[in-house]
Amino acid sequence: MEARSASLTEIRETEVPAKMKPLHKELRKNYDLYLLLVPGFLFFLLFSYVPMFGLLIAFKDYNLFKGVFASDWAGLTHFREMLKIPAFWQMVRNTLTLNVLGLIFGFPAPIILALMLNEIRAKYFKRISQSLLYLPHFMSWIVLGGIVYNLLSPKYGIVNELLRQLGFNEIYFMADKSWWIAVYTLTGVWAGAGWGTIIYLAAMTSIDPSLYEAAVMDGAGRFRKIWHITIPGIMPTVVVLLILTIGHMVSIGIEQPMALTNPVVTDVSEVISTYIYSVGIKQGQFGLTTAVGMVQSVINLCLVLGANYAAKRMGREGIW
Amino acid sequence: MQAAAKGRAKRLSPKRTTGDILFNILNYSLITLITFTCLFPFLNAVANAFSSNRAIQTGLVTIFPIEWQWDAMKTVLGDKQVIRSLGVTVYITVIGTALNMIFTILTAYPLSRRDLKGRTLFMNYMIITMLFGGGLIPFFLLVKALGMLNTLWSLMIPGLISAFNVIIMKTFFQGIPDELREAAIVDGCGNIRFLLRIVLPLSGASMATIGLFYAVGHWNSFFNAVLFINNPDYYPLQVKLRNILLLAQMDTSLETLQQQNQLHVIEESLKSATVVFATLPILIVYPFLQKHFVKGAMLGSIKG
Repeated sequence: MEARSASLTEIRETEVPAKMKPLHKELRKNYDLYLLLVPGFLFFLLFSYVPMFGLLIAFKDYNLFKGVFASDWAGLTHFREMLKIPAFWQMVRNTLTLNVLGLIFGFPAPIILALMLNEIRAKYFKRISQSLLYLPHFMSWIVLGGIVYNLLSPKYGIVNELLRQLGFNEIYFMADKSWWIAVYTLTGVWAGAGWGTIIYLAAMTSIDPSLYEAAVMDGAGRFRKIWHITIPGIMPTVVVLLILTIGHMVSIGIEQPMALTNPVVTDVSEVISTYIYSVGIKQGQFGLTTAVGMVQSVINLCLVLGANYAAKRMGREGIW
Repeated sequence: MQAAAKGRAKRLSPKRTTGDILFNILNYSLITLITFTCLFPFLNAVANAFSSNRAIQTGLVTIFPIEWQWDAMKTVLGDKQVIRSLGVTVYITVIGTALNMIFTILTAYPLSRRDLKGRTLFMNYMIITMLFGGGLIPFFLLVKALGMLNTLWSLMIPGLISAFNVIIMKTFFQGIPDELREAAIVDGCGNIRFLLRIVLPLSGASMATIGLFYAVGHWNSFFNAVLFINNPDYYPLQVKLRNILLLAQMDTSLETLQQQNQLHVIEESLKSATVVFATLPILIVYPFLQKHFVKGAMLGSIKG
């Protein structure tokens, strides 16, 4: 097909005066397709690229009335100021702690779950359990937070009720700092693991079945098939997702911390995003918090590029 | 093709050994257990919503309501602000999702055409926005400068097109055979007509998937509303829900503080009723769309 259209254009080229550039021709042929792209182009320009230029605020004494461009330059003042706030290092530490824990427990969880689901032959059992596993993904963190608080309430929560029945004391899960971190990590795994299986299950269906047949011929049991065929078969997907996850190591969604936090645990629950919100938006310190956000974006970008580079060095396909 | 492969695998699987049976028992029980942990919290919330406070306080409620009562749900339904915020949420979900779909299709279709010059350029233009951004403050100031603060537009326009969803949809469109287009062109069909008459009717599964993603996003949208909306009349349901729960959190985490300050005692069943109320529509729609979105998401992810 491509060869044919190529020859068609060649013929046309001889007919059309030589002045006509290929680009013009292309524009004329598919002008409607280019028109369709205009809204998308403008959207990303306005809502993604303009805020990138908005990063100038980090280097300015932002004045609400003067706007971004007319405000006075502040040089690196905001960055210096940032390093001096004690809360800065605390929130960096918290962000990293929660993210690293999330990576350690949250990243393998969907892989293991997908491997387990893949071994299930009963069709209806598989379908029903899958749809229930996806359920938490479709709930807002506000709802999940409400439910978590309810389940773990020291007075009425079902978890503490169980502990009492087993002869333990109740645990103030949400008011104890180390328990709070554990709850944060586990609820993250709980909310995301089921949905995360989709992509791995998709990768598993594209593994060539003859590989399994060959393995069976060689006398491989179930575990050997999983270990030697399924896992290597999904490795490219695992690597891609790992790169993407690592790229978000320094940023953290704001909804989960916001939904789960409470005044007693702010020492461990204040993360970069909640700090930017409360100090930047609520207290109006735009320059300082833009600087914080910029550092976060730059580190994230470096991490993605670094992880991608490392994956390629190790002989794997990266994300580009 | 998949069914055939499965049949082949079944025939070839060796006789069941003890290890195999043990593995199956363990695997099935673990999956059942994990599935139950995903379901239990929701069942518990529903049970709480319809149980009396006395029953909840004695710790009797698990997954069945004890001492059945409707009062909590009636209170939620009778709260004018809750109903108003439900209206806001329904509005942004319906209008917002429709706008999302239109603009996502418009962007994804040209990018799915291999014969379009410069499409790699546009893809890169879009992917860069997924890797690097200006962050919260410039984004907020932009929406503010556009005069969208305290309008419902602020909840719909800034998230109009998701690059991620464009890529999923583009991948799906690419799966439609090129021969179809050639045939249509021979019949005198232009690009736009081809998109409307042939591509879209063939893309039911991916439409359902992407539509569900956007709709759930709007239904659950919370942070954007906290950022951009100050007027309680425009609060979506999740913000209203959080305000109710926030009072409740004080009560569970700050037991001692709570004893000194009896102001904000929220009945347990009322909290759960609000949670259930905010979740119900998703639970109702979910089973119908479930089959589609799994297929759609898988299609998008394989080559994505």
